[in-house]
Amino acid sequence: MKDKTPVTIEVRNLVKTFGSFKALDGVDLKVDGGELVALLGPSGSGKTTLLRIVAGLDWPDSGEVFISGEDALAQGARERHVGFVFQHYALFRHMTVFENVAFGLRVQPRAVRKDEAGIRARVKELLDLVQLDWLSDRYPSQLSGGQRQRIALARALAIEPRILLLDEPFGALDAKVRKELRRWLRSLHHEINVTSIFVTHDQEEALEVANRVVVMDKGRIEQIGSPDDVYETPATAFVHGFIGESIELPVHVDGGVIRLGDRPLQLAADGLAPGASKLFVRRHDMLVGPPGTGAFEGAVQHVRNFGPVQRAEVALSGGETIEIDAPRDRELRAGDTIGLNPRRYRIFAG
Amino acid sequence: MSAFAARRRTLPGFGLTMGLTLSWLSVIILIPLAGLFLKSFELSPEQFWNILSSRRTLNALRVSFGLAFAAASVNLVMGSIIVWALVRYRFPGRRIFDAIVDVPFALPTAVAGVALTALFAEKGWLGAPLAALGIKVAFTPVGIFVAMIFIGIPFVVRTVQPVLQDLDPEIEEAAGSLGASRWQTMIRVILPSLAPALLTGLALAFARAVGEYGSVIFIAGNLPNVSEIAPLLIVIRLSEFRYADATAIAVVMLVVSFVIIFAVNRLQRWARSRIPAR
Repeated sequence: MKDKTPVTIEVRNLVKTFGSFKALDGVDLKVDGGELVALLGPSGSGKTTLLRIVAGLDWPDSGEVFISGEDALAQGARERHVGFVFQHYALFRHMTVFENVAFGLRVQPRAVRKDEAGIRARVKELLDLVQLDWLSDRYPSQLSGGQRQRIALARALAIEPRILLLDEPFGALDAKVRKELRRWLRSLHHEINVTSIFVTHDQEEALEVANRVVVMDKGRIEQIGSPDDVYETPATAFVHGFIGESIELPVHVDGGVIRLGDRPLQLAADGLAPGASKLFVRRHDMLVGPPGTGAFEGAVQHVRNFGPVQRAEVALSGGETIEIDAPRDRELRAGDTIGLNPRRYRIFAG
Repeated sequence: MSAFAARRRTLPGFGLTMGLTLSWLSVIILIPLAGLFLKSFELSPEQFWNILSSRRTLNALRVSFGLAFAAASVNLVMGSIIVWALVRYRFPGRRIFDAIVDVPFALPTAVAGVALTALFAEKGWLGAPLAALGIKVAFTPVGIFVAMIFIGIPFVVRTVQPVLQDLDPEIEEAAGSLGASRWQTMIRVILPSLAPALLTGLALAFARAVGEYGSVIFIAGNLPNVSEIAPLLIVIRLSEFRYADATAIAVVMLVVSFVIIFAVNRLQRWARSRIPAR
């Protein structure tokens, strides 16, 4: 597998509607060979639909899909040679683990099909790869969720797919197994070097596993970038709100002044379009100072401690309530009046 | 009470339900069957053998079991196709077709027999064109076959339907993306998953067809050795007051049916063991 050059994926202006619901509303995406891309978004954002169209399990109303430069929409799922991993595994219940993995090899046309010894060797190799060789005679119902998903992955890899698509692969697993499998998937991807796209609604998963993250909302792509990019420099209000924990305040920009309610804030407004806007600050970027310093002032309502940080609910003097994460070096107490200054912030029109 | 039953259980009522089950099954099934066997013991083994090996008895058993099996097999194939259409596709009138499947359950079998006879008689709607082709249905074994198909079809449809409904469409997509053709997906993935339900449906349709009386006797013509079913022969013997003869045939039907159903059950259990519950 390693000697093959990884394949590119490109979709252009994809549109797909289900009844009156616009699942995809003009999506363009280019994935380079060997990338591991995460499609991240809330449910209903169109990420699974996009993945299924690339796999050939769904068809767009309009638009184009190219895999390795070839028009993929001219081919069915069978011809595309795409490995697909389902959220709920979709293993064949009446087959052993071994037969599940062997399935893709057994249904190949006679001319290219391996002989029995070849199939056995290949399945063994794949079961070793997912470290579940010892389960080969079990049935899927006898496995844990994490094991099932690894078998589903081995089954998808058996046909030496040109690309690998994973639909919420860890969505049905519990938190601990999920964390293990994330790391495992990343190292596996490194090992097999197949262009891969996975769908997730879990930002942590996307940021930890992927080389590149595609943030989607309402059938559109909001931002494409490295995990650092989408976290540090969100392109839209949606991305800022969706990734990481943010404080969101409705503000008004007017004549170089930013106002929250009727109070002007001591924040630079260079280059901002006038009008109603949204101010975003990461919770941990709100620095605590004595009252009278900083852009905001507020009263601490109550405080909870989370390991290295204390999370405080603060009622701003204008009436808005926000949550901040402050380091534990200066203990906050309910009733304290504090000044707050955002270390970094972003303002989006709208 | 034995230590076994006296042990504390989360679900109370073991003694009560078990007692009721056993007494009820005894009264409803076991005692009548025992009576049947006892009655047949009035015959000497030689008499028993003579009754069974008579040409008329053998032919009646052959007609009953042979046609029942043929009808159940046809129902298995056609029933599966009907289930597939009802479960997998949305078309106008689907609910009506779905309801129509149950008609043979509810219709008095005599009514079904009369209707089928009128339909397939030489001047009937279907009988006339078939007669022109030289095929005679009413008053021949073919008529029995048709009646047995009619009464058996809901058994296959209703046993397979819920299982197909539960079958995750994703496994078909998985098979497709792994390179399987529609045909390979059907043979290697869908049919094996449905196998236990298909076998149950086959067994039920078969059992029903073997025991069918009402609809068959109208359409069969009831020619001894040709289109006379075993249950009818039993009735004829009873009306001749030859009770022992009647019970001898009945016992054979019972034993053969039981053996066949038992075999299908084993087969079904074997098929199910290969698909452990989720």
